[in-house]
Amino acid sequence: MPERLTPEAAWQVVQLARHQDRPQTLDYVAEALPDFLELAGDRLHADDKAVVGGLATLGRHRIVLIGHQKGRTLAERQERRFGMACPEGYRKGIRLARLGEKFGLPVVTLVDTPGAYPGKDAEEGGQAGAIARSIETFVNLRVPTVTVIIGEGGSGGALALAAADRVLMLENSIYSVISPEGCAALVWRNAEEAPRAAAALRLAAPDLLELGLIDGVVPEPPGGAHTDPRTTVKRVMREVELALSELKRLDSSELLARRRAKYLAMGRYAIASPR
Amino acid sequence: MAKYVTMRIPRREPPPPAEAEGERCKKCASLLAEGELAGSLWVCPHCGYHYPMPSAERVASLADKGTVTFIAEEVRPLDPLEFVDTRPYPERLSEAVRETGLSEAFLAALCQIDGHPVALGVLDFKFLGGSMGSVVGERFARLAAAAAEQRRSMVVVAGSGGARMQEGLFSLMQMAKTVAAVQLVAEAGLPYITVLTHPTTGGVFASFATVADIIIAEPGAVMSFAGPRVIEQTTREKLPPGFGSSESQLVHGQVDMVVDRRELRDRLARCLYFLGGGGISA
Repeated sequence: MPERLTPEAAWQVVQLARHQDRPQTLDYVAEALPDFLELAGDRLHADDKAVVGGLATLGRHRIVLIGHQKGRTLAERQERRFGMACPEGYRKGIRLARLGEKFGLPVVTLVDTPGAYPGKDAEEGGQAGAIARSIETFVNLRVPTVTVIIGEGGSGGALALAAADRVLMLENSIYSVISPEGCAALVWRNAEEAPRAAAALRLAAPDLLELGLIDGVVPEPPGGAHTDPRTTVKRVMREVELALSELKRLDSSELLARRRAKYLAMGRYAIASPR
Repeated sequence: MAKYVTMRIPRREPPPPAEAEGERCKKCASLLAEGELAGSLWVCPHCGYHYPMPSAERVASLADKGTVTFIAEEVRPLDPLEFVDTRPYPERLSEAVRETGLSEAFLAALCQIDGHPVALGVLDFKFLGGSMGSVVGERFARLAAAAAEQRRSMVVVAGSGGARMQEGLFSLMQMAKTVAAVQLVAEAGLPYITVLTHPTTGGVFASFATVADIIIAEPGAVMSFAGPRVIEQTTREKLPPGFGSSESQLVHGQVDMVVDRRELRDRLARCLYFLGGGGISA
């Protein structure tokens, strides 16, 4: 069991993970994927700007890239709903993942979301089902998949794009079943207890690696990813490339069997002896 | 379809003291004789209001007599994060065990429904809000594996507050685990049917509850991914009455049918008749 972070330390990681200048999906594109070809739409009724996706070359690999995009300016953040996807965002992801599968392109996802968008239309449009079908798509995809949590990994809205062969986290990113504020509001009836909740939830990358819930941690420059986005992007993309090269050696049935075994083995429980 | 709509006018007199004989329906305020609710599948005989139903009774109400074997009961919870909020997680677990007589929130049973071999799972809302942690996920996965191996249709009755916060990311991963387990059933060419009861929310609603071949909802149940309070706080949208209800989910195309609990067994039997004969790989 990893040593628990103090509430102060856990809260500092949360702040870094949410930092306004932290590199976002389109910064990775601008820095490392010069031939990125963006593809839009879920082919059902909308294009969700909270999720961007398209085709790109990463080193020796042609890939499908899908990522949350929070936006930077207020106008952009509103248009992209701060990276909180609606059903059409997850359905766009499903569609692009299937495109990759059809043409044998590995799928890379960059996760950075407070969570799925909590709105009336999103709910009525099948938010839960869209997330579930996205998880189903990724769990069963016949091409290699790599996920990097680059900022916030907020609950089901993050997992929808994160059921991959390899799940990496940037050192100061977070990944959690519930936001620290949400947890604090539930337990202490007070969002100000969020730092305590952040520590209790063990949402930091090194903790999650030690608990066996993720596959690797990518170190950030001193001071956090936002202090040197170029170095951050370079390190992340190198790890992704490496992971893809390893995964490409497996044939698709082996890949699928391993991924399924990985997710079926998730969890910690005891076996009671019969009385 | 409208038979559960009550025409009875709620009585206005104050509810009788708790020790008085019988209780009143919290929906229509009709007087209920002692044991009347339990004897009517926890549905008010006067207005059709669906009360939460204990998981063991749910199994008994659906399965053919004498066909039930419970499995995976030996899978028990741990405290992988050593989670402490206002109380340690193990204390909350022991209390839930004491209060419900259950060892966890998911009951897994092998049985027959109208002669069809079925792997039947039931989430019990009384056990920590039916929340999904590692044990719910593992029992679900074992049930799905048994269904695939023994060529049984899979039926799961959900009712849950969502993922179990106290197991942190382990709980979130149960969403992927249960969805992966459903695939075992799908690849065996066997049907997977879910019944969504009040309430079905969060990580359960966004995983195994909604990747089914057929989704049935109970009348008046509320389903949502985010809670109504979170939606109103985040978006300042005013939610209409009946938001997220089974009836609204039906209108929005998110469930196949709304079925009164007193007809659920027959409806499941019909679904199993159509789909339970084995799919492409049978």
